[in-house]
Amino acid sequence: MKSASIRTKKHYEPKALLSIVLKYASLLFFTFVALIPLASCLITSFKTEEEYYHTNVMTPPENWFYFGNFISAFQKANMGRAFLNSGIILFFVLSGAILIGTSLAYVLNRFDFPGNQLIRQLFLFASLLPGIAMQVTVYKVMMSLGLINHLYGYIIMSMGTDIISIYIFVQYMENISVSLDESAFIDGASYFQIYWKIILPLLKPAIVTSLVLKGVGVYNEYYASNLYLQDKDRLGVVATALYTFTGPMGSKYNFICAGVIISFLPALIIFIFCQKQIYSGITQGAVKG
Amino acid sequence: MKGVKKWVKSRKGQQTVIIIAFLVVPLTLLILFTYFPFAEMIKFSFYKMKYATPPAKRQFVGLDNYIKVFQRDDCFRALKLCGFYITGAMVQLVIALYLATVLSFKTRGGNIFKGVMFFPFLISGIAIGYIFKFFYTRDFVFDTVLQWCRFQLDQLPYWLRDQKVNNWALAASSVWRYFGQNMVLFIGAIMSVDSEMYEAAELDGANKIQQFFHIILPSIKTIVTLNIILSITGSLSAFDPPFVITRGGNGTGTYFVIMSDIAHTDQKVGLACAMAIVLFLIIFVATIIQKAVLKYLFRNSNADDETYAMKKKRLKGQKRRFITIKTAAAEGGQYR
Repeated sequence: MKSASIRTKKHYEPKALLSIVLKYASLLFFTFVALIPLASCLITSFKTEEEYYHTNVMTPPENWFYFGNFISAFQKANMGRAFLNSGIILFFVLSGAILIGTSLAYVLNRFDFPGNQLIRQLFLFASLLPGIAMQVTVYKVMMSLGLINHLYGYIIMSMGTDIISIYIFVQYMENISVSLDESAFIDGASYFQIYWKIILPLLKPAIVTSLVLKGVGVYNEYYASNLYLQDKDRLGVVATALYTFTGPMGSKYNFICAGVIISFLPALIIFIFCQKQIYSGITQGAVKG
Repeated sequence: MKGVKKWVKSRKGQQTVIIIAFLVVPLTLLILFTYFPFAEMIKFSFYKMKYATPPAKRQFVGLDNYIKVFQRDDCFRALKLCGFYITGAMVQLVIALYLATVLSFKTRGGNIFKGVMFFPFLISGIAIGYIFKFFYTRDFVFDTVLQWCRFQLDQLPYWLRDQKVNNWALAASSVWRYFGQNMVLFIGAIMSVDSEMYEAAELDGANKIQQFFHIILPSIKTIVTLNIILSITGSLSAFDPPFVITRGGNGTGTYFVIMSDIAHTDQKVGLACAMAIVLFLIIFVATIIQKAVLKYLFRNSNADDETYAMKKKRLKGQKRRFITIKTAAAEGGQYR
């Protein structure tokens, strides 16, 4: 971010002072807007049942170290299982999507073969199809293949719909010089070795970008996981674990808020440590061209 | 036999082998989970059927399903709701542009502001649903904040029940979720503007507002236009907020929420497919119009007012710009 800040001369005329005040006031206002739903959730998650029913939502809890809601939310929603399943899904979907995406990009970019343009167009067109609408018939396909209610079925389906990453890889490949491949080939490397030993390591920045985009998407996907992993006791994921709180639990927001916070905690931790990669992933995903 | 072995070892042979090997999996997945379902969808839209109906018992009804889409109140009215989400997306765009501009200049605590505003993007739709159900509940968070601002509780509407305000409330939750992400996008674009331009402008006596309209905005207009366009297609397919917060009740069911119910609850697969195809056609036509508009808007971006970043982009050629649009289109899922 440092490179973006533009140094301006410091002068404190009334007009300049006013604009500085306005600038920070507006920043604080929008930060407040962004924070207030989360802060109220945090406050409520630390309240005992008694406090929850008898105090205003914005009144701070008496004891900031009351973790009762977190413990029971974690147990009731079977969060341990959910984190495990989400972890397994993330691992396989991300590695699968990266291998598939990079190898496809390698072939599309490096070799001129009949159908190359057609395949590119097929992927482009597929990105126009609205995902949720497609589930109406994807569901039918999943049903006839017997892939519903299996983690592997869900993993296979999630790998197949990754179109953004493929673009990012194809675009990035264009900046990798072909002479690298050529000299490796002359040295006796096979095409697979060129992909595995030369191209894949060089694609690392693009891989990080697509890991961010795809990772956020997969971790937070609840519509498809609700549809295809219906056995919630065994196959719940973090995004669907929160569904436990509908129905009779629907108004016990002290539990719900705790559950919500548990569900985004991993994202928060990763965000704090990988801010730079996440920002550049978001920007590249949309701007890179 | 020997000939085949020799061919496999040759350069051409090796190429063919790797091309086939690397294409099999992605193409299988693409056909299985995108094109085959798409073809099925077109076919089913002409039938009256449930998921479990065996193929022999499906009833061919011609265009009936399509006629129903336009006759049924719930389907057609739902399309109108996208207006709320388009408005929300425009507000979001203006906020994001303002914040991105402010944060591109030297700001104390800039990274903290940016981080806090961006974080909602990383929360799942369902968690956001719960957060806002809680937020809008009578006498809970939003009402409390308004009471701090001297509003009386009995003057305030029920945010999720009152049909005058509930769609705005839902669209606002979508703005909350995405304005930080938009802002980060714009900051990325503004960063590629040559900083010497500001210095030159400042020497010429241009103030910050003039700098924004004459330097920043022209050089990031591609991404801004793209965002406007995406918000329209995204709003047509708005789904998350009504689906998790209100379950489509009280007149908040957007087109996809209704479609999802028709498909999975009512099991009217044929009708749901027809709905999907209709919306797809609308999106497709909208995309073609958008492309024409983009082409028209940037028809004479000549060297005079073209910034360094734009020039670099343009030199990469038309084809690449097409890919950018489509990449961003794929990203457009964000509004759903």
